[in-house]
Amino acid sequence: MTFVNPVLNYAQLAPILIVLAGAVIGVLIEAFAPREARHSSQLFISTFALVAAFAALMTVRTQSSVDAAMGSVAFDGAAVLIQASILIISFLAIFLIADQENFTAMAAAVPGSEEERQSLQKDLRVTEVYPLTLFAVAGMLIFPIATDLITLFVALEILSLPLYLMAGLSRRRRLMSQESALKYFLLGAFSSAFFLFGVAYLYGYSGTITLIGIQESIVGGSGNDIFLLMGIAFLAVGLLFKVGAVPFHAWTPDVYQGAPTAITGFMAAATKIAAFGAILRIFYVGFANAEWQWKPALVAIAIITMVFGSVVAITQRDVKRMLAYSSIAHAGFLLAGVIALSKSGLDSSIFYLFAYGVATLGAFAVVTLVRDSAGEVTDLNRWSGLGKRSPLIASVFSLYLLTFAGIPLTSGFIGKFSIFSAAYESGSTAILITGVLASAIAAFFYIRVIVLMFFKDPVEDGTSVVIPSALTTIAIAVSATLTILLGVFPAPLLNFIETTAFFIR
Amino acid sequence: MVTSSSLIYLIALPLFGALTLLLAGRRADKWGHLLGTAMSASSFGVGLYQLSQMLSRPTEERAISQKLFTWIDVASFQVDAGLLLDQLSICFVLLITGVGTLIHIYSISYMSHDENRRRFFAYLNLFIAAMLLLVLGDSYLTLYVGWEGVGLASYLLIGFWNQKPAYATASKKAFVMNRVGDMGLSFAIMIAFATLGTVSFAGVKEASEGASETALTAIGIMLLVAAAGKSAQFPLQAWLGDAMAGPTPVSALIHAATMVTAGVYLIVRSNFIFDAAPTAQLIVVIVGAITLLFGAVIGTAKDDIKKALAASTMSQIGYMVLCAGLGPAGYAFAIMHLLTHGFFKAGMFLGAGSVMHGMNDSVDMRRYGGLRKFMPITFITFGLGYLAIIGVPPFAGFYSKDLIIETAFNAGGFKGILLGSITLLGAVITAFYMTRVMILTFTSPKRWEENQHPHESPFLMWFPMVVLSIGSVTSGLLFYRGDALANWLNPVFGDHGKDHHEEHLFEPIVVSAMALTAVAIGVGIAIMKYQLSEIEAVAPQNVSIFTRIARKDLLQDSFNESVFMRPGQALTRLLVKGDENVVDGAVRGIGRTALGAGATLRRSQSGFARSYAALILIGAVVLIAGIWVVTL
Repeated sequence: MTFVNPVLNYAQLAPILIVLAGAVIGVLIEAFAPREARHSSQLFISTFALVAAFAALMTVRTQSSVDAAMGSVAFDGAAVLIQASILIISFLAIFLIADQENFTAMAAAVPGSEEERQSLQKDLRVTEVYPLTLFAVAGMLIFPIATDLITLFVALEILSLPLYLMAGLSRRRRLMSQESALKYFLLGAFSSAFFLFGVAYLYGYSGTITLIGIQESIVGGSGNDIFLLMGIAFLAVGLLFKVGAVPFHAWTPDVYQGAPTAITGFMAAATKIAAFGAILRIFYVGFANAEWQWKPALVAIAIITMVFGSVVAITQRDVKRMLAYSSIAHAGFLLAGVIALSKSGLDSSIFYLFAYGVATLGAFAVVTLVRDSAGEVTDLNRWSGLGKRSPLIASVFSLYLLTFAGIPLTSGFIGKFSIFSAAYESGSTAILITGVLASAIAAFFYIRVIVLMFFKDPVEDGTSVVIPSALTTIAIAVSATLTILLGVFPAPLLNFIETTAFFIR
Repeated sequence: MVTSSSLIYLIALPLFGALTLLLAGRRADKWGHLLGTAMSASSFGVGLYQLSQMLSRPTEERAISQKLFTWIDVASFQVDAGLLLDQLSICFVLLITGVGTLIHIYSISYMSHDENRRRFFAYLNLFIAAMLLLVLGDSYLTLYVGWEGVGLASYLLIGFWNQKPAYATASKKAFVMNRVGDMGLSFAIMIAFATLGTVSFAGVKEASEGASETALTAIGIMLLVAAAGKSAQFPLQAWLGDAMAGPTPVSALIHAATMVTAGVYLIVRSNFIFDAAPTAQLIVVIVGAITLLFGAVIGTAKDDIKKALAASTMSQIGYMVLCAGLGPAGYAFAIMHLLTHGFFKAGMFLGAGSVMHGMNDSVDMRRYGGLRKFMPITFITFGLGYLAIIGVPPFAGFYSKDLIIETAFNAGGFKGILLGSITLLGAVITAFYMTRVMILTFTSPKRWEENQHPHESPFLMWFPMVVLSIGSVTSGLLFYRGDALANWLNPVFGDHGKDHHEEHLFEPIVVSAMALTAVAIGVGIAIMKYQLSEIEAVAPQNVSIFTRIARKDLLQDSFNESVFMRPGQALTRLLVKGDENVVDGAVRGIGRTALGAGATLRRSQSGFARSYAALILIGAVVLIAGIWVVTL
């Protein structure tokens, strides 16, 4: 066997390479830079890497090819849109991460130990979170453009492993944070095994690992159908786990609650975009012709996910858990776009992902601000009357809740409307009906929080809204503005997506 | 079409006045009325300038337009906010600003003792601006903005003295009944957009040529509903009498000369729709005929001088609507009667205001009498208006009403004879009730208390009356000679405006003779009944059932209350109950069910990683089984 010298299109791979380079530089800073200089230089490197990656992406935004990396990744309109969304969300997330109040002083210290006490006294910072974030972002950038199953798997692991670590970095309730990190890791490994198992079956079915090859085998119809359906099912388990679809959702509330809130926001927004980007490509490009096999099962999962997420969210007493269930419900709504299996399904999914990601990040950013002397207050009962003390922050949070609920004049309404229309056009009436009903149920608990904040008397227990740092303010302001803009003037972005989004085959 | 950038000043000047007076507040009390009058007069000046410009252009280039901005740009729905000044709208512009300015001048004196005079002038300016927008808009949507604007101004001015609950109620009544008409207009616009895809006059005109008659009939009927609401036509006429609660200049300007004629404008402006929808046209004629008699009959029974004039206005607009419904033959004559009516009715309202001014604001004609001696100028100007409205040659109303009667007879067949007879009967009743007003007020023996000191009004009040009476005398002949107005308006109605002198049921001279006979009969009865016999200072109660019904406005309010208001209230109560029990109940039910389900389902979240993993495994197995089952 001769070694073939790989031909790479560096321009198209530049965004990924820049982010990875930033991550490597971050590791070097951790190893060699003096402690005091680390935080500011890390912040600079990460924001710079993300901006540079975005700029690099923009220079190649009109190109499309399947051989940027020897056929392992595809570069097309959908890829540009999804990568751009991930970079924008990550950029805002870095601003939240920069507020280190929520992170432990030393991740390696055993909770409650002398070492932890000392590290807190010395006011140390876990600056390693920056390179971890960048590694995760790099994985997220590869995941939605990968066109063979091995690259997909590698990307999945690149994005997941840093997230497992980051989930355990919370300053308060560290045991719970570490428990959630371990849970996430165990279950993630478990689901990765399913994914890999699915890859094996699909290779057994088609003799290839590329999406195009699988597609051709399905069209040719020569393979063993049992292998195909086992492959699709196992692959789906791994992917649906990542987006938190029922019944693969169980990790979501625990991890969302345990992880530092800034990380939760990043995870909820960016991971969802990357994972749905990959799901869309796999099902639109690889499995489109096996539609009649997977569609009914996916419809069932979407319906269960929407209903389960909405119903269980009602009984939550913790704002982060409530947002976790809300994110489960949204995974169900987004599956409607996958099921649509049409151009409008793709367009509306991309719009929905961006709008949802922006709002989610903003919502978690607000959560970081509500604190008492011991740190963040996530118990919803203690949020009552917040609107009377901090009307602006409470109003902004209400805006995010309204957009999650899909109330008109917010981006969430446009997203829900377009994704349900796409599902309806493709004949999924059941999705439409359940989706609207689930939205009605969901509106109940979102609006209950608004009522709680504005129409209940404040409780006098030291809960207050801290003055946000400049960076957090920017993140909240940008996401709130985008949420309103996309709700009132959605046409430019919708039109842009409509003309740009496509999958190269 | 010629474009111009100066049309907007017509509207901008009075609008500026209104905003300044409203925003400046009490600071403007000293000079507010002067600014208001100046703004109205400047707008009139711009109107005269535009007329001179228009006259200097050849016929086909007389209409000019101005695009202001792109108003709505949503996918296929595009509306430009634009103005259109053609031969039809210039008539209205001059009527509105001309009569409007005179009434501003009159109000300076009439309202001089009112501490809110500045606010009054602000509203008057607001009205002028809105009314100009109504007649200058180049699309139904722009017209609609003006339409709502005059409705607002009318509401504010009827209720200007809203410290009296009855006046506040009157303004609310006018507003609510106008809303019914406004619904008609919005439906018309929606149907036009849905079926023709455009709402501009030019666009609808073009599209109406190939449109289905059903759609055009629907649009026409909805436009008629709108016109009926604004112009107090049957069955939406009940508000006009109560609208007399407003200060008298308001009654003269809004509820006699201009706003109430907006319905006629709307019908004439939409000539291309009605020409292609004969059914809608027929309904227009019927509505006009009914209102014509309805208003006239009410007019005979009113002892309140303003309400008698209001009933007369309703009846005269009935004439215009009837004539506009007769198609191309009638449009120009409807507008002609509208303009002459604008002069003489505004003049008479100002005269009534002058009488009230001299009689301690009393409006009861049975308490008047013999005022000829005390108010000579008012008597003469009112008398000229009187001669004009009953149609004595050569006063204005003779020409315009005569042409309407003639057109009605020429409608052809039984319809023509019926309509002609109705217009003649209307002329008889008009002559009767107007003579009655004259006798009761000016020529009969005095019936007022000794402590009354009737006197002539100051210069600022009688000057506008004199100007308007000149109009009442001369305008008819001016418009009639050589078909001046008809020829002027012809381009607006397209090619078919001139083909109406073919069949005559009667020679014009015969029609004139019949009309004059009708007037003589009406005047004669009134003289016998009132001038030559004793008039009681309190209205007699032992009168026939017909008189009593007429005094109660032909039971229009009782009808509205029992047919619309009470069932409406019942329906509202039912809906509230339904909302509480059914809608709220369902919402609460969903909430409770979801809450219960959530409480059950959350138990699956045990916190153990092993149970989660088991759940994933079970999920995967079920998924495979599901796909397998589907595949089989």
